[in-house]
Amino acid sequence: MASLVYFSSVSENTHRFVQRLGLEDLGMPVHRIPLRPTDGFLTVDEPYVLMAPTYGGGNEGGAVPRQVRRFLNDEHNRSLIRGVIAAGNTNFGAAYCIAGDIISAKCQVPYLYAFELLGTAEDAQRVRDGLGRFWQRQSLISA
Amino acid sequence: MSPTGKLKLIDRVTAINWNRLQDEKDLEVWDRLVGNFWLPEKVPVSNDIQSWATLSEAEKVMTTRVFTGLTLLDTIQGTVGAVSLIPDALTPHEEAVYTNIAFMESVHAKSYSSIFSTLISTKEIDEAFAWSEENPNLQRKAEIVLDYYRGDDPLKRKVASTMLESFLFYSGFYAPMYWSSRAKLTNTADLIRLIIRDEAVHGYYIGYKFQKGLQQVSQAEQDELKAYTFELLFELYENEVEYTEALYGELRLTEDVKKFLRYNANKALMNLGYEALFPKEETDVNPAILAALSPNADENHDFFSGSGSSYVIGKAVDTTDDDWDF
Repeated sequence: MASLVYFSSVSENTHRFVQRLGLEDLGMPVHRIPLRPTDGFLTVDEPYVLMAPTYGGGNEGGAVPRQVRRFLNDEHNRSLIRGVIAAGNTNFGAAYCIAGDIISAKCQVPYLYAFELLGTAEDAQRVRDGLGRFWQRQSLISA
Repeated sequence: MSPTGKLKLIDRVTAINWNRLQDEKDLEVWDRLVGNFWLPEKVPVSNDIQSWATLSEAEKVMTTRVFTGLTLLDTIQGTVGAVSLIPDALTPHEEAVYTNIAFMESVHAKSYSSIFSTLISTKEIDEAFAWSEENPNLQRKAEIVLDYYRGDDPLKRKVASTMLESFLFYSGFYAPMYWSSRAKLTNTADLIRLIIRDEAVHGYYIGYKFQKGLQQVSQAEQDELKAYTFELLFELYENEVEYTEALYGELRLTEDVKKFLRYNANKALMNLGYEALFPKEETDVNPAILAALSPNADENHDFFSGSGSSYVIGKAVDTTDDDWDF
């Protein structure tokens, strides 16, 4: 079964968005990338869509949270990514949701959706419906 | 300063040890703020002199008034707002971040002066400052925020501060985005974008610290603070609508600005951990303004609601992160 893997910092912004999706009701497992190395390392065993916030700025690196970089550095984890969703803030101009661009380019997977901060009700609805359809289509392709 | 003239300072200072963090967010935000540091002298605003000359009288007046209003807000945030948050800080590192925020707000306030001195005559500047001094809505906005900064509730102070950083600036920020979308005053817009970027980090951080503080109070207090936040937002919003009409009415831009206000009001609420208030139909910011703010925002990053036949693969983006293994 396909799943969602996400990262959220202590601000819990992305975590709250994920909670509003109610993906478990759709039978879609949800895994969170641990915040600290002492919390262990996440290894996945099924295809997943990755959701991550963009750390804002544009001057410096670090747009993709380092925990996400570490997770993707694992070749096994990387082999199972199928798409990416990014969060951000338009205040960061050209760097808005750029974590999605970076991950999509590096892993050569579709950039599925971008939303701001906690996301709106419409964002949650679109992502919930969209993920359902996305996995349906994926399973037809691989069948 | 409080009416009694007694300045509130923190009670006790411990030498700050950045190697012992209570909240890792403090260092993360400190690093981000330092990485984003800039000064107005780096932006060639003088390249806008010819462009400025093409504006009509009414457009010049609007723009100058916008910048005097923004100067007032940045002055408040630099000299009172961010500083007033220091005594309530939960960690010494949080205190240090507020000093950084306070300094950058002073840089912002100074930036407007460099725009003024480059583009605008002394007479026009004086007239705009006089207008700002007398505009009831601008003064009211300042008064509401200052009241909370002087008040004795640390969490309400953070709410007011987040509203300022994430909402109250945007009636002003609209103008340079408007000019940028019409290929005018583009260097000025570049400078304002740097300010907008800073305010995003400030609003995010102060909002985050508000949420941390919220966890330490009772459910009843949490409910009260939520009700208070929405009441304050409505009060500020009504005032912003009048201020917007005063600035932009003659140019018939009021309705367009109001969408931008509501869009940013939602973001201020989100920074405080609350859900967006204004529905989608009321926050559909003019695409040209959104594109001026973020060229990425109108890119097709919505594979889900499209036909589903095509999707975007991100373009290779230069990253200075050297810990990617692939």
